[in-house]
Amino acid sequence: MFRPDLSRRTLLKGAMLSGGVLAVPAWARGQSIGMGDVRRGFDEASGPAIDLHVAEGMHTVGKRRGHAIAVNGSVPGPLLRLKEGTSVRLAVHNGLDVDTSVHWHGLLLPFQLDGVPGVSFPGIPAGETFVAEFPVRQSGTYWWHSHSDLQEQSGHYGPIVVDPAGPDPVAADRDYVLLLSEFTPMHPHDVMRKLKTGEEYFNYKKTSWTDDYPMSGEQRRMWARMRMMPTDILDVTAPAYTYLANGHGPDDGLEYAFRPGERIRLRIINGSAMTFFNIRIPGLKLTVVAADGQNVHPVEVDEFQIGTAETYDIVIEPQTAEAYSIVAESMGRSGMALATLASRPGARAAVPPLRDAPLLTMADMGMNHDLPGMDHGTGSGSAMDHGSMDHSAMGHGPAASDTGGMGAMDHGDMNMRDVSKLPPDVKVSPGLDMVSSNPADRMGDPGVGLDNVEGRVLNYRDLVALARNDDPRTPSRQMEIHLTGNMERYMWSFDGTKFSAVSDEPIRFAYNERVRVKLVNDTMMAHPIHLHGHFFELVNGAPEGFQPQKHTMIVQPGGSATFDLTADEPGDWAFHCHLLYHMHSGMFQIVTVASPEDAA
Amino acid sequence: MRRSAIAVAASLIVLAATPALAQHEGHEGHGGAHAGTSTVEQPEADEQQPMDHSAHGAMDHSQHQAMDHSQMDHSQMDHSQMDHSQMDHSQHAQPADRPAHDHSQMDHSQHEAMDHSQHAQPANQPAHDHSQMDHSQHQAMDHSQHGQTAAQPTHDHSQMDHSQMDHSQHAQPSAPQDIPYAPPPPSAGSGPARAAEAIWGVEAMRESREELRKNQGGQSYGAVRFDRFEYRAREGEDGYLWDADAWYGGDIDKLWLKSEGEGSFGEDIEQAEVQALYSRAIGPWFDLQAGIRQDFAGAERTHAVLGVQGLAPYLFEVDGALFLSTEGELTASAEAELDQRITQRLILQPRAEISLSAQDIPEAGIGAGIDTIEAGIRLRYEFVREFAPYVGIEQEWKLGDSADYARAAGEDPSVTNFVVGLRFWF
Repeated sequence: MFRPDLSRRTLLKGAMLSGGVLAVPAWARGQSIGMGDVRRGFDEASGPAIDLHVAEGMHTVGKRRGHAIAVNGSVPGPLLRLKEGTSVRLAVHNGLDVDTSVHWHGLLLPFQLDGVPGVSFPGIPAGETFVAEFPVRQSGTYWWHSHSDLQEQSGHYGPIVVDPAGPDPVAADRDYVLLLSEFTPMHPHDVMRKLKTGEEYFNYKKTSWTDDYPMSGEQRRMWARMRMMPTDILDVTAPAYTYLANGHGPDDGLEYAFRPGERIRLRIINGSAMTFFNIRIPGLKLTVVAADGQNVHPVEVDEFQIGTAETYDIVIEPQTAEAYSIVAESMGRSGMALATLASRPGARAAVPPLRDAPLLTMADMGMNHDLPGMDHGTGSGSAMDHGSMDHSAMGHGPAASDTGGMGAMDHGDMNMRDVSKLPPDVKVSPGLDMVSSNPADRMGDPGVGLDNVEGRVLNYRDLVALARNDDPRTPSRQMEIHLTGNMERYMWSFDGTKFSAVSDEPIRFAYNERVRVKLVNDTMMAHPIHLHGHFFELVNGAPEGFQPQKHTMIVQPGGSATFDLTADEPGDWAFHCHLLYHMHSGMFQIVTVASPEDAA
Repeated sequence: MRRSAIAVAASLIVLAATPALAQHEGHEGHGGAHAGTSTVEQPEADEQQPMDHSAHGAMDHSQHQAMDHSQMDHSQMDHSQMDHSQMDHSQHAQPADRPAHDHSQMDHSQHEAMDHSQHAQPANQPAHDHSQMDHSQHQAMDHSQHGQTAAQPTHDHSQMDHSQMDHSQHAQPSAPQDIPYAPPPPSAGSGPARAAEAIWGVEAMRESREELRKNQGGQSYGAVRFDRFEYRAREGEDGYLWDADAWYGGDIDKLWLKSEGEGSFGEDIEQAEVQALYSRAIGPWFDLQAGIRQDFAGAERTHAVLGVQGLAPYLFEVDGALFLSTEGELTASAEAELDQRITQRLILQPRAEISLSAQDIPEAGIGAGIDTIEAGIRLRYEFVREFAPYVGIEQEWKLGDSADYARAAGEDPSVTNFVVGLRFWF
């Protein structure tokens, strides 16, 4: 009804404008591209049967060139345009000389088609074809990517848009996809090895004698004493990464056409391996209408952070300016992906400079003291006398707090790793370098670095499902899973144990069981946790029956986040941190949902 | 235009058909949804002098969005005798075990711009129970309607005793608390995840299952590093030094090789050793290392080695070891270095090393007690992390009997080296 623009013509126009890429692919669809160059940007593939050809190639972004894995000759691979209520047959042809796979991220389907080698199927051997045929049971914005080795980093990913069977509650004149990702000429195995070798290889925003971070000497010493870095925001950053918008670097000039006054739906997919992005379009309000493909009550914001593997649909209404910059700044502020809403080809708007890099706070250490914007003071409170307060035995640990009045507190007995705070099923091991002593529910947090920015920033508590959820039951039990890690050793795990050590001890749910799952982050990094094959409901204070449904949930540093799960998709499903190298380090588990027969 | 008009109409129909949405009209800009509770003020607070919140056992403020405390007057508050000394904010998973003051369910985690600066609460409420309070979604709270302020100009909190305060359950979600923590029911099954085997066959899955296990945390890595590889200018013959190591293994167990050596140009090599060590992580920061050391110059010896290497508080890289030679001699060494970043790439590294011996070892020129102390500082520039040339200065002292041995051999027990070298790894 409304979708004139989510079409090959529009998307290719974007590609053509952006650096002279060929509009018509030289290769014949369905053939291996061998080691030739891959195209930036993607085609659309639709219909009841779609073929995906996976092959190696060389990828050039800006002045950099490196090895890539392309699907149907492009990075990202094709947009799969599906239709709710129909059946689709997806054939994946492996033109690599190693195994591959495709995970249909966010699609509800039989587990054996979910595309995780070792969990759902054996993988696709070199030269062979795997067919996933299933009914499409949902609509919305999703994506697909390899779940083999580190292929996703190399370009093996693409968007999915499923049109609803009925009318779409989101009205728009144009409908666009913005898939964010990264390019690195480095082989992903080298990236992993450098992370493991230590020295925080990719962090060039560390504290130094000449930095201008607003930190006191006392705070700097406190961080050094903890052997932690307040600048550990993202593990891999620019310049190792060039951030991509639909496969295009920031200098490529990706454009989306508009006419003033139109309502434009922008489907934003974070298909990156390791990056959270802060999304802004200076001059425009962003109305969030869907999260992870599920419609939500519209929320108008100025900015939002999108975690790896999340998707958000927004509606924007560009007015009189001839162009608007779509800015996707990496959470660590080392670089940005960039696109332009252009009312005529070549129109450009000012691009805001990268903002100062954020620093981790007390709350990120699990201390829950550093409440944003809290005012302790001034005004007639000046007569307050705290002079004789004795906090000396408070179990608050270190206070690098920005709250100046706490400067005289005695932090002598701080303990960043009080393992007595852990439940018994968390293994105390060298892979655990920190325990959040007081992990607050941080689902109302806008994300690292967005506490004090101008304008309204989305947080999970803003999300309310548009339609009533179909399972009104109160969960029959709850469980807690701890996210654990060791930054120095680059170890990541659930409950202190890497998947390699618990591969035969899955997390089990009875069929159709409704369980509340609380994730507690005992690390200073934000982790986007993804459960395959299901949508869970964020326990975010939304009205009863309208908790938003998602497939990926960020757990903020040192905090907790909670979801309610109805385990009604039988089979074995991957459950993991969607930061690729965290997963690869062991932050992965299998969730087993018993079959309905077992419930009897 | 017509198309979009239809779409708008359709969306309006959807909106209208959804009661919970209609209810939210007009709340959109407030950053959250209303749960239905709208009681913000507590008018009874006006009358009750010793404020009694005990009847508020299940207060839920979680959806308040525009509370205004701005008129509350705390201007004369005196907290001077407050004793928080036994406060425990720590145990987040404790069952409620509540003394008189129990804020255990309070969650202030989302306050933004909360301003309590003019608070005027009566003190000494005996049965103050806020146990179910949840302020988790306050944004810009305004308690201005509380109205108790003017009447209480002088507030004395001086006898407040928070010593038994227990904030233990700080971060609970606002939903029901009576959901039990429990293991999965028997119908959830048990044992490994094998659903795929029923479909694809055990044999077909075997290899991929092993790959999956290995690829999510079971890998081995390795590196070779020359920490110091340098030319040493000094009085007399200039010299050289290398200090290198290599490791290979998983996160917990590794094999380490370490080699150090030095000498003067035009002379026999003075000292050269190689250590082969099994290394095991014994904590988040430290590895225990054990193995053998072979000396290839000077008094050639073979030693058993037991050491600890890791990252100490304040980011000191430390390495200490005991050596027991085949001759029964016990020696030890310890070193520490610290990277001080001047810029992201220009790094000043102070370094110190001390060698000890339990006995005289004349053929090695080592005296009992402190054998040598080295202190140096190196300034390197990291073109890339893996490649960093440096310049520096290092002072070396031989002490006690070791100094005597040195003098007897015609050497100066105190040597200053000006060094230029390369730090690199791969």
